Amino acid sequence: MPVKVRIPTPLRRITANQGEVDAEGVTIGGLIEDLEKKYPGLKERLCDETGAIRRFVNIYINEEDIRFMQGKDTSVKDGDEISIIPAIAGGSEV
Amino acid sequence: MLTIPKHFIDDIISHAKEAAPLECCGILAGKDGTVTDMYKMNNTENDPDKYLMDAKEQFAVVKDIRAKGIDMLAIYHSHPHSPARPSGIDTKLAFYPDAIYIIISLQDSEMPVIKGFLIRDGKVEETAIKIN
Repeated sequence: MPVKVRIPTPLRRITANQGEVDAEGVTIGGLIEDLEKKYPGLKERLCDETGAIRRFVNIYINEEDIRFMQGKDTSVKDGDEISIIPAIAGGSEV
Repeated sequence: MLTIPKHFIDDIISHAKEAAPLECCGILAGKDGTVTDMYKMNNTENDPDKYLMDAKEQFAVVKDIRAKGIDMLAIYHSHPHSPARPSGIDTKLAFYPDAIYIIISLQDSEMPVIKGFLIRDGKVEETAIKIN
């Protein structure tokens, strides 16, 4: 069963402007692989070269930040809603 | 062009002054280029030269903006001791090419400077802000 993944505005260029897409997988990592097949280029925006979720990308299952669960290994079940939210960060010149 | 009602500008400057010497940060949302809602956010970096919005608060704001049917128009943060222009780290971490990045400089605390920028693919372009 597919779950619903909410795509943030900056990544919608990759998903043909869709703010919500379906993906299949039993873990967050599996969902990302499925999304990459459907929308090539998306994985690179979410994961670094080692495959870990990028520091400035927040992913939620329903209301929970996966960083405080099992990260990419967090299980996904029918009806879950996944939200991808790039962080907002910066600083001044030191 | 982004239009920001004056009272939000006053609130942003107050927020920057309250947060100094740390940086403040927040989100401006609205419709058709006019700001209707302002969200003061917590900066979770305890470093005077960095900011990182509280992720949980940011998620709540994303949902509030969606529920209201408005859009995130701008992201603001302060530079307590440096000019109102994006730093290298601001440019590197600009993940929202459609949002206007507003920087409030308190370098001269009597005369805060506010400027808006589009940051796309590492390129910075100043953009006009209309205050009414």
